[in-house]
Amino acid sequence: MRDKYSVDDNGYYGKFGGAYVPEMLHHNISELQEKYLSITHSNKFKKDFSQLLKDYVGRPSPLFFANNLSQKYNAKIYLKREDLNHTGSHKINNTIGQILLAKELNKKRIIAETGAGQHGVATATVCALMDLECIVYMGAIDIERQAANVSRMKMLGAEVRPALSGSKTLKDATNEAIRDWINHPKDTHYIIGSVVGPHPYPDMVARFQSVISEEMQYQLEEQTGRNFPDFILACVGGGSNAAGAFFHFLENESVQFYLAEAAGKGIDSGHSAATSILGSEGIIHGAKTLLMQTDDGQIIEPYSISAGLDYPGIGPLHAHLIDQKRATVFPVTDTQALNSALMLTRTEGIIPALETAHAFSILDVMDVEPDSVVVVNVSGRGDKDLPTYKNHFNF
Amino acid sequence: MNRINAVFKSKKESILNIYFTAGHPKLDSLLEIIPALEEAGTDIIEIGMPYSDPLADGETIQASSEIALKNGMELNLLFKQITKLRQTNKIPLILMGYYNQVLQYGVDKFLKDAASAGIDGLIIPDLPMQEYETQLKEKFIKNNLGISFLVTPQTSDTRIKKAAALSSAFLYIISSSSITGTTSNIADGQITYYNKVRSLISNTPSLIGFGIHNSSSFKKASLYADGAIIGSAFIRHLEGKKNLRSACKEFVQSILS
Repeated sequence: MRDKYSVDDNGYYGKFGGAYVPEMLHHNISELQEKYLSITHSNKFKKDFSQLLKDYVGRPSPLFFANNLSQKYNAKIYLKREDLNHTGSHKINNTIGQILLAKELNKKRIIAETGAGQHGVATATVCALMDLECIVYMGAIDIERQAANVSRMKMLGAEVRPALSGSKTLKDATNEAIRDWINHPKDTHYIIGSVVGPHPYPDMVARFQSVISEEMQYQLEEQTGRNFPDFILACVGGGSNAAGAFFHFLENESVQFYLAEAAGKGIDSGHSAATSILGSEGIIHGAKTLLMQTDDGQIIEPYSISAGLDYPGIGPLHAHLIDQKRATVFPVTDTQALNSALMLTRTEGIIPALETAHAFSILDVMDVEPDSVVVVNVSGRGDKDLPTYKNHFNF
Repeated sequence: MNRINAVFKSKKESILNIYFTAGHPKLDSLLEIIPALEEAGTDIIEIGMPYSDPLADGETIQASSEIALKNGMELNLLFKQITKLRQTNKIPLILMGYYNQVLQYGVDKFLKDAASAGIDGLIIPDLPMQEYETQLKEKFIKNNLGISFLVTPQTSDTRIKKAAALSSAFLYIISSSSITGTTSNIADGQITYYNKVRSLISNTPSLIGFGIHNSSSFKKASLYADGAIIGSAFIRHLEGKKNLRSACKEFVQSILS
């Protein structure tokens, strides 16, 4: 079914993906490669996973027909409400899956990286639930700009360790988490928060997030009489919410995928995280993909007002979708995203995360017909970004 | 014969391999460091190509890489410096760096330029063995470049054998599971591991690295392999030293004494 856009036996999406890891990580990565499918396909795992998603996360998340937005943009716009999940974003879908996997692998210690803090909170949450030690690496800059989530993680019992190298953001937090894993090769599972990293992470995280598109299929059927939309809009940093929203529609080429990438202060400003436009093929965090780099292969420090999109790479699945022209990328600046956040709040009464707000900016530039069915994946809620909104709009 | 292979052929024990980062502490420090290390009795030198995101490295090498990049170190310049150095120096030289650097420079061009500058081998920790075997091995041979793969206490027996078979320079035995720059002592568990590796790799030359930081750890490691690699401890030793040449000499003497 999903041949063209799914991962192959060696962990590649077309020419992207693979596992480029130092030998120190080989044992852990190959253990995951060998076991992730058999564990996640077992009846016990499937039962535990769907039970927790239902009773703990609160799934299915609603698919909301946004009447006001639909009138404003003259299309049929539906919002997939991942912001209503426990912990406030789609990130929990993946951490529930990975914590169950970590239990099966008998790991005692959990590490994670986080940008906006949403994945950190989602990891700290499942660790509290399962009584496992939790260490979250977070860029020193992100610790400051996402203070509310840092407090949540601490209250949940996680240790938040600042990443002080490089740009002190998501990329550097990921480096520190990988180094931690190298230093703790036996007892630790690394819960990567996005569809990035060495195989099998991109595929594994996409599968855990695929519940988003699985629900969309029957929710659309109920509400529109057709089980697929014309367009799906999602923001992309590493790309986990987009991967989840696209997953079951990957082979259905009548569904168009629109990705919003963080253009920061503008594509040509030197302060951007628009990987697909500014990037080229290379290796970051163990995967061959598109990344922002110099001619000498040094990774360029990205910039975005949104900590969750402030990443110089993109998941290999998305690199493949872009390369195959299966997905279209729209660069969205900080200012456009801020305006979209306010627009959505005032139009539908939903305060989105800054990351999510980027996806709504696509509505301003895309061409639609009045009967086009557009799903926007509302990946997270905006509570964590209130200080930024408050400052920007002078509330 | 490749210079690295010649060293292992002529010297069977206590081979000293020292690592430092190119472009650190000053952009052209390499031109002072290499001759001084060679003169003091170092057998092999591993030159780190500074990288923005060195995943396998600890704080010392991260910091030295950051400074080197700020100083303006680039691969083109590094090859020029090595070419110049090779007019007078004969010590085996290895480049250590990350695969993305090689890919962006262009694999074929990189191997050709490295070889013609006078490099003898490469260590690329995130290059998968399979990719080397299927795509790069012939090119390394053509350019007379050696390669070293890494093994750790977690590496399976089959994989240790494969790493040894593919390592045309020497097998790089990582002392314990960690990033670079630790200073732990060799424990009993490690001795079992070293002996196991020895028994699996037959005649493949091998060096122990990671955590080797002084004379006693060097000597102890040399009991279980053909010698050892010192990196972070050497970089830390250079810190704040005005006279790099005498600092290099001092360090090597302290290890070999």
